[in-house]
Amino acid sequence: MPAKDLITDAQNTWCPGCGNFTIQFALRNAIKDLITSGVPRENIVLVTGIGCHAKMGDYLAVNSFYSIHGRTIPVATGIKLANPDLTVICCAGDGDTYAEGLDHLIFAAKRNVDITVIIHNNRVYGLTTGQYTPTSPLGYRGRSTPGGTPEEPFNPLSLMLASGAGFIARSTSRKMPHLAGIIGQALRHKGFAFVDVLQICATYFNMSELYDRQGYELSGHDPADFQAACRKADEWDYNGDSPIPFGVFYLEEKTCFEDRFVRYPPFSGSREEQIREYLEKKR
Amino acid sequence: MNDISVLTGGRAGDGINSAGLLVAHLFNQMGYQTYIYFDYPSLIKGGHNFTITRAAEQKIGAHRDRCDYLLALSQDTLDLHRDLIHDDTVVLYDSGRVHGKGLGIPVEEILKAEGASAVMGNTCIIGAFAKAAGIPFEVVETVLRRQVPKDPEKNLVIARKGYDAVREQKVIPRAGHTCCPLLTGNEAIGLGLLHGGLDAFVAYPMTPTSNLLHFLAGVAGQFALTVVHPENEIAVMLMALGFSYAGKKTAVGTSGGGFCLMTEGFSFSGSSEVPVVVVMGQRTGPSTGLPTYTGQTDLNFVLHAGQGEFPRLIVAPGDAEQAYVWSSIALSLAWKCQVPAVILCDKTLCEGTYSLDETVIAVPGTGEPGSPGDSGPYQRYAITDDGISPLRYPPSRDGVIKVNSYTHDEAGITTERADMTVLMTEKRQRKALSLKRETGSLECVKTFGKRDSPTAILCWGSTLPVCREVAEQRGFSVIQPVVLSPFPEESLKAALAGKQNVVAVEENADGQLRMLCSQHGIAVHNHIGKIDGRPFSVESLDARVKEVL
Repeated sequence: MPAKDLITDAQNTWCPGCGNFTIQFALRNAIKDLITSGVPRENIVLVTGIGCHAKMGDYLAVNSFYSIHGRTIPVATGIKLANPDLTVICCAGDGDTYAEGLDHLIFAAKRNVDITVIIHNNRVYGLTTGQYTPTSPLGYRGRSTPGGTPEEPFNPLSLMLASGAGFIARSTSRKMPHLAGIIGQALRHKGFAFVDVLQICATYFNMSELYDRQGYELSGHDPADFQAACRKADEWDYNGDSPIPFGVFYLEEKTCFEDRFVRYPPFSGSREEQIREYLEKKR
Repeated sequence: MNDISVLTGGRAGDGINSAGLLVAHLFNQMGYQTYIYFDYPSLIKGGHNFTITRAAEQKIGAHRDRCDYLLALSQDTLDLHRDLIHDDTVVLYDSGRVHGKGLGIPVEEILKAEGASAVMGNTCIIGAFAKAAGIPFEVVETVLRRQVPKDPEKNLVIARKGYDAVREQKVIPRAGHTCCPLLTGNEAIGLGLLHGGLDAFVAYPMTPTSNLLHFLAGVAGQFALTVVHPENEIAVMLMALGFSYAGKKTAVGTSGGGFCLMTEGFSFSGSSEVPVVVVMGQRTGPSTGLPTYTGQTDLNFVLHAGQGEFPRLIVAPGDAEQAYVWSSIALSLAWKCQVPAVILCDKTLCEGTYSLDETVIAVPGTGEPGSPGDSGPYQRYAITDDGISPLRYPPSRDGVIKVNSYTHDEAGITTERADMTVLMTEKRQRKALSLKRETGSLECVKTFGKRDSPTAILCWGSTLPVCREVAEQRGFSVIQPVVLSPFPEESLKAALAGKQNVVAVEENADGQLRMLCSQHGIAVHNHIGKIDGRPFSVESLDARVKEVL
């Protein structure tokens, strides 16, 4: 299948220079590779939230569920439980997932539901015009915090490590091949896969210079070593100017949520007969 | 006509709910129709729990303000219900815990002598009740063997000791009914959903629908049902939409507070046309209110829940039979018309126990969705005459399936075009008409009692049985819209034609059904509300009806 067949003819409305283009390109290629490796296209479902990232649902020609703000993960969990044969991908934003829907992210990691969550972390609300998010640096001046945000950001990688995620990675929209590789690995991981993508917002928060200057790719890191993963996650606190590692921080194969549920064949018996049996016991 | 009420009371943890149910089963075996009202505070141990088990020869679904037998496992049971006790009331109590007039049974000693656990105290006093009521011990044996899953033999020994501890007092004669299944409203709703083809149930525990979650989790294996209890009601609703998108008929269960959290997803269901059924069990509000008590205060809420305009199905069953039938219908119609549906119930219905009349639970068929013609690539929101687009689930080789919370085009791609916004709104309006046609073909307004009476009691939901009973006594008719959205204006107007006094009975303060009627040009002459969290008893409603005549 030519890669262009995975793009719809919906008009693209991202700003010129938006980091989402890189993520779209990387995700499209990763999906194309999945299809080439034998996953039928119709078995792929993309779930998006609300925000600039979410337009991915319009732009990629795969099954999609364009959800509401913060609510990609519960939808994806329902789809995966309903049909574990589907490959379910969430594209979600930082405001979307780290603010509005944080509870779902933690629970998806806790449950190890076999979905891939890609966070378009531009550390700013784009569509609502530039307010701070949970990963904006302290003092960030947006229209809701003209004097600078009074909160320190949290570190989503540390949060995911504490929550039991089995695949934790970070990449950036500034490193196209690296990002494509990480998304590909995440999609192949059996279990909950979390990818924080430091994405630049060309209009409201363009951190290209910081990510280019301080970013480096992990090497010699053992992703099976939880303590080492914690140390690497701590290297940059989403606030300061320290080196920013990219790559797979942590990797662990665990039993998936959906595998703990009984997979029933389609109900073949008579429902009325089963109901009669139940009623008999209540007599 | 025999009409007997047995009040069983004790502390939470004494097994009062099971005791009330066992008493009902004794009556069931004796050929009676039964109903249980269960009253309990929001705590785990201690407090005062009681059940009123009522048995009568006619069909019933309400309790009475009297008590013919009082079974007290706590002092409170005796002290707090003095108003229900009359000269002929037979009082049986645990003499180790309770002081008063009546027949004391040394429950603790009996349990101790048999090495039985404290919770078997309820079996002991039920044994004593059976003897006092002249119920043969074989009946007790049948009931305990059938209904007590844990150590029935030991329970039988304890029951026998209780039986032998007292003498016959007021004998209950046998009645003529055959044994019925005794079901809670929650079970009836669950079985109805299963009948309709339920594949998945998602819920966060909340009184009064927690027991629906427990029931469905318990029978999941027999019905190939997936049951999930997620982190909160927001997740519940969205997870349900995920299940639905992937082809599973799905319902959620909650109460008002949980439904508040679900409303954004509810509107999403309306916009995306991904169906879901919400079992909405009302309790006394606003806010946390009285968590374990009842009310009918959320009709306006469910009618208007969710931003924007979209069709929704709301059904309000009034008893166990309607709960079964209309839960099945709600699920079928939600999928046929691709709309969200609400089964609006309350604590009274959910946690009340009813003798189920199996002769009236045939579910009318709602038919299959029309099969679409093959024309071009699949479009999730294809414009059709009836507003209903062909429904496909992934994986589908017919084309990609895109659902969307934004205003979308036929393919499900976001649009902000004015013309497409109009087309999609009109599509939803046509769908609302299709839904109305579907409900219109069903008996969505019920009439009971004396049809030609100039006085009609108008009610919805769980007050149906108590209204029927009062209307029966007074020679009135009862008119009950079971479907509240789309509002069955024409059928209700027809049912009310010629009525000179329409008395709305609702367990709320504002008169929500009355207001809804007035929006549709239907006159309600009198309104009887109830605002204390307790359901109407037959006597209390009758007294209120008398006031407005």
